[in-house]
Amino acid sequence: MISKSSDWVAAVKNGLIGGIISVLLCLVGIVVAFGKTYIISGVITMGQVFVLAPILFESYMTVRRAKSNKTLPLLIVGALAGLMGGVVLVVLVGIGQVINLRAVLLNASSDLYALLTFNLPLAVGLLLLLGTSLVVGLVAPAVFLLPVRVQSAISQATLTVLVIGLFRDLLVTVIIRWGLVQYAFLWLFAQSGLKIIGAVTLFVLVGGLSYWRLGQDRKAQALKRSPRQQQLIRWGTLGVLVLIALLLPVILGSYFSEILDNVGIYILMGLGLNIVVGFAGLLDLGYVAFYAIGAYAVGVLTTPEAMGLLHLNFWWALPIALGVALLAGIILGLPVLKMRGDYLAIVTLGFGEIIRIVVLSDWLKPALGGSEGIQHIAQPNIGRLVLATQQQIYYVILVGIVIAGFVASRLKDSHLGRSWMALREDEDVAEAMGINKVSTKLLAFGMGAIFSGLGGALFAARITSVYPQSFSFIVSINILSLIIIGGMGSIPGVFVGGLALVGLPLLLSQFADFRYMVYGAVLVVMMLTRPEGLWPEARRRLELHEEMKEKGTGPKDEPQTVLKTPGR
Amino acid sequence: MVVLTAKKVTKRFGGLEAVSKVDLEVKENAIYSIIGPNGAGKTTLFNCVTGFYTPEEGEIFLKGRNITGMSPDRVTHMGVSRTYQNIRLFKNMTAVENILVGMQPHLKSGVLGAIFRDKGTNQEEKAGIEEANRLLQFIGLKGKGDLMSKNLPYGEQRRLELGRALASKPFLLLLDEPTAGMNPSETQEMVNFIRRLRDELGITILLIEHQMRVVMSISEQISVLDFGQKIAEGTPQEIQRNPRVVEAYLGRGAASGLGQATTAA
Repeated sequence: MISKSSDWVAAVKNGLIGGIISVLLCLVGIVVAFGKTYIISGVITMGQVFVLAPILFESYMTVRRAKSNKTLPLLIVGALAGLMGGVVLVVLVGIGQVINLRAVLLNASSDLYALLTFNLPLAVGLLLLLGTSLVVGLVAPAVFLLPVRVQSAISQATLTVLVIGLFRDLLVTVIIRWGLVQYAFLWLFAQSGLKIIGAVTLFVLVGGLSYWRLGQDRKAQALKRSPRQQQLIRWGTLGVLVLIALLLPVILGSYFSEILDNVGIYILMGLGLNIVVGFAGLLDLGYVAFYAIGAYAVGVLTTPEAMGLLHLNFWWALPIALGVALLAGIILGLPVLKMRGDYLAIVTLGFGEIIRIVVLSDWLKPALGGSEGIQHIAQPNIGRLVLATQQQIYYVILVGIVIAGFVASRLKDSHLGRSWMALREDEDVAEAMGINKVSTKLLAFGMGAIFSGLGGALFAARITSVYPQSFSFIVSINILSLIIIGGMGSIPGVFVGGLALVGLPLLLSQFADFRYMVYGAVLVVMMLTRPEGLWPEARRRLELHEEMKEKGTGPKDEPQTVLKTPGR
Repeated sequence: MVVLTAKKVTKRFGGLEAVSKVDLEVKENAIYSIIGPNGAGKTTLFNCVTGFYTPEEGEIFLKGRNITGMSPDRVTHMGVSRTYQNIRLFKNMTAVENILVGMQPHLKSGVLGAIFRDKGTNQEEKAGIEEANRLLQFIGLKGKGDLMSKNLPYGEQRRLELGRALASKPFLLLLDEPTAGMNPSETQEMVNFIRRLRDELGITILLIEHQMRVVMSISEQISVLDFGQKIAEGTPQEIQRNPRVVEAYLGRGAASGLGQATTAA
């Protein structure tokens, strides 16, 4: 009976952990911030999801790790974990009744207690809270006992309902632009979140679809296709993607185009930094410097104000701006790239701050405007048409992204890409193979600088003014984080990372306050569970999971160890 | 013709003279061995020749050109290549990629070529991959090109490292203990392979080796280092008879029993 009793202990422990995470989320304020955001109207809010999700997760983990595999013990263990989570929450509310926590913990407000007790009288509310936790705890083993295919279908369906409910406002704003088509969708939504009937429909639809898809042996199907068919499918997918990319601002409207532009500039710079960090393995923490240089160069060259130099139009200023960014990259890189990793990180970090402070300084105020920055920056034009709206600028950014993506993917599969990889693996040996360390690294660094400069130039043209405040250290960190989350060295990963890290916080304004908390949490969880990123490059996946396998903690399925060289 | 000349090469680390006034003269198409006890400065000498260290004193000439203080990549471009005592492959790159990296000195295409893939670059890349496949066959790794190099067995990793060194088409190859960790039959294979490199490809070979059986059977010339100094030079027969060498290896007492020592070896 030892194993059984250890299951109990684990249930209590995990339940407490789940409860503590919930309490943490409560005290951070995220629960109350989302307290009125319904996922399913009148049934559940996002705030409640934040409270219950950690409990569900811990209960699920308890059940999954449990040594027993019989139905009843699993149900009891799960319920116990859920109950323990509930107890922690009850304790929080209890303490809150006796002591005024708010003196220290700003978010331990009466709103929070009301939310946790379902706006009911205290005793009833607490009982209901315990009951709900218990039920949530029971859901985990119930789902766990189902076949894997059903499990995946349920989780996908739940996730879809959650996301669509959460983004209700945004989706509705988009949908009402679609003329008659809107009525096919609008009935799903309530004033806040989804209608119950809408949620059920979505759940059944998505669940059914994913259940059906999981039943298909897609690998066998893919193998059956002839190379010609495969190529057709590839081009078809590409065509659809291009079409979507082109139509996006028209479908989404100006508000979303603004967000899209923001994300786009980050993706553009991410593609550049990916060459530096992902391909060449050079940790550049001052990437924002080149962004600032590109933006200010365009500013100074095009503004009609007194500080303007040549009053050029955007297209003439752009190559000069890129040249200046590249030059800055070379000047910074030449002395630093001889050194090893850590020094580069520190020097670039310093460089980024120096550029910002220099721009802000009184000394350069006559030229760069100090904290007031530069206004009336020229926007790109095509003939007489000035691309002034967010939707129009989007296309310029899109072209930039396509160029950056093209260059990055070509470089990756070239002898330069291999040289970078070799330098990343073993600098000394790479040198002994005839690779010139400094010039090869400088090339990556310069490429990164050019794309960062391009990002800056487009940023300046988009908002027609630049201020030093836009170029803080956190921009570098954001871009670096999006690469890490997407998958180091992976080009599609940059897009995924950009959408997830830059897009989501902009879309959900309630999230904005918790942005960096979520960043941190996501990064930590990613490093622990999926260090290769959301859309990893094949090589990194092999690299990381091989190592895990050696340590005996990796996934059980045999990782593929063959990597095809293009052209072979 | 003399391929490699070292004149009074000295390399110090702090107060320690790792290599001290060493002269070396390696003739074209020779198999030349450097032996000596652990810490005698053999690998340091290699590092001086390949440009990884700059000697404090003395000069190194490659086919008459002074290469003292040249950076490693430029020395490689001149036609010198090496392997390492502890295998140093690019572990997370495939076998083919390792060899392709080794071809670096012969690549002409630049960044723009890599981005736009003009005809020249494409041909170069294609030719490179064909050449790499030929090399893989030559080193007996045919069909294993797409395997991650870290997943290859030990012996194949050694050979892949050699293949990578050959990819730059060197005229001088420096091998640092190529038979380390090998059993007798693998060792014999490696010895034959090194001979083939010299006989078929005409590569001059400079070798660091610990196994006396290998050294004595393969080398034409041997230099013996001890505490950074060259204490003897000559043919295998001469070296075996040299009392200073036996002393360095076996201690002072053994030198008097020279006759027995050589017969035992």
